[in-house]
Amino acid sequence: MISRLLIALALTASLAAATRAAEIPLDERRSGLDFAGNDSRQMQADDTSNPAFLWVREGEALWAKTDGVKQSCASCHNDAATTMKGVSARYPAYSEAKQRPVDLAGQVNICRETRQDAKPFAHESREMLALTAYIGLQSRGMPTAPPDDARLEPFRRNGEQLFNARVGQLNFSCANCHNDNWGKRLASAPIPQGHANGYPLYRLEWQSLGSLQRRFRNCMSGVRATAFAYGAPEWVDLELYLAWRARGMPVETPAVRP
Amino acid sequence: MAKVTTFAAACGCAAAFFLSPAGAQSLVPYVIDGDAIPQSLTGKPGDPVNGRKIVATRQIGLCMLCHSGPFPEERFQGDLSPSLAGAGSRWNQGQLRLRIVDAGKLNPDTIMPAYYRIDGLNQVAQQFRGKPVLTAEQIEDVVAFLGTLRE
Ligand code: HEC
Ligand code: HEC
Ligand code: HEC
Repeated sequence: MISRLLIALALTASLAAATRAAEIPLDERRSGLDFAGNDSRQMQADDTSNPAFLWVREGEALWAKTDGVKQSCASCHNDAATTMKGVSARYPAYSEAKQRPVDLAGQVNICRETRQDAKPFAHESREMLALTAYIGLQSRGMPTAPPDDARLEPFRRNGEQLFNARVGQLNFSCANCHNDNWGKRLASAPIPQGHANGYPLYRLEWQSLGSLQRRFRNCMSGVRATAFAYGAPEWVDLELYLAWRARGMPVETPAVRP
Repeated sequence: MAKVTTFAAACGCAAAFFLSPAGAQSLVPYVIDGDAIPQSLTGKPGDPVNGRKIVATRQIGLCMLCHSGPFPEERFQGDLSPSLAGAGSRWNQGQLRLRIVDAGKLNPDTIMPAYYRIDGLNQVAQQFRGKPVLTAEQIEDVVAFLGTLRE
């Protein structure tokens, strides 16, 4: 008797947890910058006061660096200002090599390993952040343009499911905060819509540049959930969904956030 | 009319085990009557002074992430949900208890975390697995304190 009741209750709970929150209408989407304080906005508005440019300059140097590798990025890709223009705006993209989507960091490591015969960079390493910031900058101002590629569809759907799934001891989904409660205040911090168009970005709280996955990990630990490891396929699927969710929004890389 | 539901999460019987594989800690069983849990989880009334501390301190109760309330010393208050001011006039102790223990029983879509529940959760971080957000004693302290918030 009791066990049947318990199971029924559990089923109701899991159905409720799966309830899909309403997506934000396209014309109501707003950049995280709109929710940030003046200090972040001023820093982002001026490249000379945006600390992320320290990483960008380092990325520029790494791009052309030949010592220790077979060939530099520039040996194959020439001038990033032309060859990398618009690239980050359409990532994650489908990788033939991996038979699944990869994000920009994933593609950089594919080139490291298969083209440069070099060790992959760790996900949050200074080098990886520098290169992805430098490549990302080449798309700044361009609309986020996730590829219309049917092979990405199942992964994007998985990302959407992850976005809507309740997790952690506090039992929140990303959507609970970023679709249903954006603009409200959690403690005293305004909840942004959770768009991914500024990454990697400089976060004042980190005192550093950080990847989108680092941001995910922050949100996950906030709700007391276990986060996936850096580079995990689940994160890439979530990134894919967020790119679709932010489609058309201008790339802000490298942005500044509180 | 009141529906009485026995809720013995993690009592050690097969069904409860199935529902909470983590099952590290057992919760005090409680009975839901209508929209309330009439009986104290500890069998005793809670301590309202400690309850205030739990509610007003963002790190323990987390209440101020979402709620505001009559706590002039707490600068960071949320606005995701109703102010707690007057909660003790709106609800009796049993009703408050169910709302803290598991608000999802009343509104499955609520974002208010269940403070005394360990089953049906996913991907809970290691250090919180099998543990409710607050202990039975803390729940009673919070309930006692909310009861003093009268309008
Ligand atoms: C309990 C509320 C909450 C949940 C749940 C939550 N977030 Fe967040 N998220 C926030 C807040 C608050 C911020 C802004 C923090 C700050 O910068 O001060 C944020 C920031 C972000 C940002 C950065 C936006 C920008 O402009 O840089 C992204 C992206 C994001 N969240 C994605 C997610 C994803 C994906 C999930 C689920 C895995 C998630 N969030 C879960 C509250 C939440
Ligand atoms: C020996 C040649 C070679 C080198 C060196 C090389 N790449 Fe690549 N890169 C390629 C090729 C070929 C592709 C096409 C996709 C593939 O085969 O992986 C590519 C694709 C890319 C892409 C995706 C472009 C797109 O349009 O989708 C990025 C970003 C990239 N490389 C970055 C880098 C970076 C950063 C480095 C240095 C760390 C680097 N590459 C080094 C050959 C190279
Ligand atoms: C993450 C958000 C969140 C947190 C944290 C939270 N609540 Fe709530 N609470 C809500 C929401 C939203 C409601 C509105 C009713 C509903 O959705 O179930 C609510 C309703 C209530 C109510 C009944 C409404 C009323 O009239 O006052 C009480 C009492 C209450 N909460 C107390 C607390 C206490 C005490 C804590 C901390 C121990 C707490 N809440 C933590 C979101 C939250």
